[in-house]
Amino acid sequence: MRALVFAVYLFLYTPIALVVLFSFNSGRNASELVGFSTQWYGRALSNPFLMEALQTSLIIAFTSAGLAAVFGTMAAIGLERVGPRVRAIFDGLFAAAIVVPGVVIGIATLVALAELFSFVNPMLASVWPGTNVPKLSLGYGSIIAAHGLFSMALVTMIVKARIASLGRDIVEASGDLYASPLTTFREIVLPQIRPSIVAGFLLAFTFSFDDFIIAFFVAGSKTTLPIYVFASIRRGVTPEINAVATMVLVASLVLIVIARILMREKKIAS
Amino acid sequence: MVTAMLLGPAAAWLVVFLVLPFIAIIVFSFGERAPEGGYQPAFTLAQFANLGARAAAFANTLTLAPIGALACLLVAYPVAYYLAVKADPRHRMLLVSLVVVPFWTSMLVRTYAWMYLLGGRGIPHLLDLVGFSDVRLLNTPGAVLLGIVYGYLPLMILPIYVSLEKLDRRLLEASADLGAHPFSTFFGITVPLSLPGVMTGIALVTILLLGEYLIPQLLGGGKVFFIGNALVDLFLQSRNWPFGSAIAVTLVAVVVMVLLIAMRIAWRVAGTRQVDLM
Repeated sequence: MRALVFAVYLFLYTPIALVVLFSFNSGRNASELVGFSTQWYGRALSNPFLMEALQTSLIIAFTSAGLAAVFGTMAAIGLERVGPRVRAIFDGLFAAAIVVPGVVIGIATLVALAELFSFVNPMLASVWPGTNVPKLSLGYGSIIAAHGLFSMALVTMIVKARIASLGRDIVEASGDLYASPLTTFREIVLPQIRPSIVAGFLLAFTFSFDDFIIAFFVAGSKTTLPIYVFASIRRGVTPEINAVATMVLVASLVLIVIARILMREKKIAS
Repeated sequence: MVTAMLLGPAAAWLVVFLVLPFIAIIVFSFGERAPEGGYQPAFTLAQFANLGARAAAFANTLTLAPIGALACLLVAYPVAYYLAVKADPRHRMLLVSLVVVPFWTSMLVRTYAWMYLLGGRGIPHLLDLVGFSDVRLLNTPGAVLLGIVYGYLPLMILPIYVSLEKLDRRLLEASADLGAHPFSTFFGITVPLSLPGVMTGIALVTILLLGEYLIPQLLGGGKVFFIGNALVDLFLQSRNWPFGSAIAVTLVAVVVMVLLIAMRIAWRVAGTRQVDLM
């Protein structure tokens, strides 16, 4: 039994460990370690296209996760204050945002935005004074919108679970002692739900940073890091990709470990 | 008033970026392809009637998704059982974390790892050195299945672990005290009581697999074609948006069906629909 479980852990970690290992290999072959070298990292970091893709991904992940953390938390708090019917509608839509395959989310967003742009852009052109007419197109906005959808659902779920586990008594005590609702929120509720908000933000950030399929549809002329990596893989596997993959892995590992530590409190309670 | 302000942004986001886009693809699925690609308004069922043109993608997806989920289950169950029942409680959290963490790291990178290992310069090269030449591993259904199990194993282990962890140990002791063979305790008590977790895992993995694109693309090399691959082709290459929309709508219908069936079974066996992704 133990041996079997150990084998499964090996199975889970060996492939990524090998990618990390070979990212430090000075040779080009996946089958032989020639010597230690950081040349592939040097090459990756001095590749302007790669760095631009990284920057794009960071901007998108930061914005979509930030918006999701704020709006998702607001929604989680708001859902405490509504009737069961409204709550059921929100729960259903959030569940749909999580369950509908990314490929469909990407397509639906693409179709809707393309239709919207083809409607709005001529209108803008006809009313805009001067020649420098702004033109709506796919890019940062559309990726942030599509990522924000999943992320907001995620944050709302996590924060809602945390709120549900809080005792009502302390909130009521605060009210009995004449604290305003805002003070009660700031002093009592927020400190208790803060770890879950941060955890939600980090998970949302990781999701956005790693997402390929949604961005693939709605990125327009922008290139996110996963899109860049995907395109390079199709051109041929190179050791440079191992270096990029390792950096992506390390980044998401750090974020997810922090998120899990923040959520541990809740886990033990449940 | 305050409540409306709190829920407003999320509601607007859900409507503009989930509900309306979804209505858009439903409308598109009844349209026609414009001569230069894209969409042209119409009301026809031609797109749905034409679904057979992508029968191979549907067949691949609808066979490999459940097979993949079952393969995940076979590997996941012993692990979940070990974590919940046998593992030292002091190490349990760490061991569970070690299962969850890979799921939240880049699927692209994890799939790429297998592409790297199964590709010409990886395992086949090593096999060549020991005398097995010309072994093809990449771009086969086997490689896709391997990638599926690798990618989705954590998502199967977790819900089973959760349901096994809730299992009342006294039931197992009672069974043993009454002279039941460990074998019959396992199949008579443990397995039935973990069915909700099993159903959750199967539903989650199957649903995500129905929309999978990366694994068949990178490990199947275009030979093992999923619905996701057909959709990418129709939207980004051949620009047949109405047909693509019809396929997307059908895909969502299948997802909803799988979800309803799973919820129904889970409800019947134990009355829980909770899924814990963390």
